[in-house]
Amino acid sequence: MRHRTTQKSTIPFWRDERILNILGQVAFIFGVLFVGMLIFLNMRAGLAKQGVTLSYNFFQGIAGFGISETLFSYSRESSYWQAYLVGLLNTLSVSIVGVVFSTIFGVMLGVARLSTNFLINRLATFYLELIRNLSLLVFLIFWYQGVFLKLPRVKQAVLWPADIILTNRGVGIPWGLPTASYPTFQLILLIGLILAIGVYLALRAYSRRTGRAPLTTLWTILSFILVALIGWLLLPEKPLTLDLPFVKGLNLSGGKILSPEFMALTSGLVLYTSAFIGEVVRAGILSVSKGQVEASRALGLNGFQTLRLVVFPQALRVIIPPLTSQYLNLIKNSSLAIAVGFPDVFYISNAIANQTGRAVEMIAMVMVTYLIFSLFTSVLMNWYNQRIKLVER
Amino acid sequence: MRKIFAITTMLVILSIALAACGGASTPVSGEPITVIETVVVTVEVAGPLQVVAPTGFGLTLETVTARGNLICGVNSQVPGFGFVGADGSFAGFDVDFCRALAAAIFGDPDKVEFRPVTASERFTALQSGEIDILSRNTTWSFVRDTELAGNFVHTTFYDGQGMMAPTDSGINTLEDLEGGTICVQTGTTTELNLADVMASLGVSYTPAVFEDADSTFAAYGEGRCDAVTTDKSGLISRRTVLADPSAHVILDVTMSREPLGPMVRHGDDQWFDIAQWTVFALIAGEEFGVTSANVDDIKASSTAPEVRRLLGVEGDLGLKLGLSNDFAYNILKNLGNYEEVYNRNLGPDTPTYIPRGLNSLYTDGGLHYSPPFR
Repeated sequence: MRHRTTQKSTIPFWRDERILNILGQVAFIFGVLFVGMLIFLNMRAGLAKQGVTLSYNFFQGIAGFGISETLFSYSRESSYWQAYLVGLLNTLSVSIVGVVFSTIFGVMLGVARLSTNFLINRLATFYLELIRNLSLLVFLIFWYQGVFLKLPRVKQAVLWPADIILTNRGVGIPWGLPTASYPTFQLILLIGLILAIGVYLALRAYSRRTGRAPLTTLWTILSFILVALIGWLLLPEKPLTLDLPFVKGLNLSGGKILSPEFMALTSGLVLYTSAFIGEVVRAGILSVSKGQVEASRALGLNGFQTLRLVVFPQALRVIIPPLTSQYLNLIKNSSLAIAVGFPDVFYISNAIANQTGRAVEMIAMVMVTYLIFSLFTSVLMNWYNQRIKLVER
Repeated sequence: MRKIFAITTMLVILSIALAACGGASTPVSGEPITVIETVVVTVEVAGPLQVVAPTGFGLTLETVTARGNLICGVNSQVPGFGFVGADGSFAGFDVDFCRALAAAIFGDPDKVEFRPVTASERFTALQSGEIDILSRNTTWSFVRDTELAGNFVHTTFYDGQGMMAPTDSGINTLEDLEGGTICVQTGTTTELNLADVMASLGVSYTPAVFEDADSTFAAYGEGRCDAVTTDKSGLISRRTVLADPSAHVILDVTMSREPLGPMVRHGDDQWFDIAQWTVFALIAGEEFGVTSANVDDIKASSTAPEVRRLLGVEGDLGLKLGLSNDFAYNILKNLGNYEEVYNRNLGPDTPTYIPRGLNSLYTDGGLHYSPPFR
């Protein structure tokens, strides 16, 4: 024994694989850091020679330019930082609207592609192949210049059913206007939410205890809607009144006005991304082997139960990872807003960089912004993926 | 294991090489860079993609002559100032200034490479050395002259910001635009002036902001906005390419002063002088009545000392700029004087006619005036 150990300790460290492994990795990290530092120093030296130093102090200065779409009050006296926030919120709203709608359309497309109805099947295939093979930038410009700018002018505004106004200044849709009883209604909604969570937890516990599978999601949503409906009917004054859009002077007024830029960007992104999501959904459903369906039928499950309890949970495992990357694509693609003049975070940052000459700072800022957005989405989707993953015993 | 060593060695070599090109492009007094600079001699990396910004005295002229042509940042979307014609060649007032500069340096107005730059990328292009000079209807302003590290050579065109609206809209003043939408291009002084002027008038409006002139005016043409704003010269020239030019009226308001002119980088005074005296040669040419048609006769026969100095017959003015002595002769011979350049692009015979107004010589009530050639 002793003989062996002494022999082992005689191996010189430069031939010890474990030590060499660690040394190699350390050397690699130092190499990367060294290169990174050289690049950074070189950039700083180059900028210093042009009389530019890196600093974010300019953010407090007055922006001085107007922005067409703002989610909070913004004027030319606002600071560059506020202008940046306007862009950030605009990107966020486009991303959220885009993700929600492209998921809905995508699932519909994926199911349509698998339909046994010849017409639905072929139409979905045709749509998908057409959209998927277009360039997104071209597609966006088509939607902006070819569709939304070609809508009638304000004076010849077209009135659609449900009081939707179509003009090339924007699309006006009816929107709720809060009244005095709105805060009370919000309280009722909160109660509804708590009740819904209670129903969800109770049904889950029931499902675990008995092994049955109640329609948890459906009942949860229904209980929330029920509370909201009772609240709406019981309140003496309606919490929201309908605000209809109308033409006033040079522009649209009332309701909710969606600008052509916003409409072009979201419809372009949604239709484009939903084509990809459709394929992801189709692949997910097809990945569930036929034997699973046959087995569940043999056990006496009906068509809906088969879909809900056997096919869908398994398909979801295949769908979620590629779906995540489609969501990330959509968020990053929203930076093409600059092509249709929608003031998103990249667009505003560009304007700031241009007015202040702080290109390096602003580009760094934009990159970090998109990185945070994407990482946050990834974390959220990975968490969900973890939850629905096959539990192996 | 050997592999890892090989990789790390390669990495270190690579980083040294990288440092070498970095050092070559930016020789600065900073300690970490100067140490590495010694490697430059052994590792000669001259990638074509590498953008070098020559900033020291005389370096720009050296780079331009070594390259054999001038790289000029221009507009490609404003007829009369900078526009790509049907045959693919550039034409316009600002473009002709680039040609004049090329004629001054090489004696050949065609030794120019025109590089179209957008309003928002133009200053970066100039700072990074991608272009030698920016001649793209750029407004001279305080921040651009200081923080954006540029020097304005001279005002070649005195302009003011205007507003254009459809004739049948009934809009005659800025106040009529209350509650309306105004199309404007991003990254311009126009965008800022619009906000300033409307704020002081107390008129509320919605800006519709676009990335380039084409999309701004396309959106205006489609009726996306009630009016469009840019420099008056730009409005006049863009109106010619709208579907029905007569259906649009330029309002009788001037919202700002917009002195337009070429711009060079900070740090090379010789290059600044060359560009500036190219402008002065054009103006002096008009004042002395030297045109492209009679320049040879005048050069041979003139007895006026300043004209003789201008054309390089007497003295050595050109040599003081680091150019040939007949640089002004080359400009006037190839491009003509200021009036000829103006009339070729913006004169009464062109679709983009703009009355000379402030852009006349001081003798005609304008603002153009050349310091003496002495």
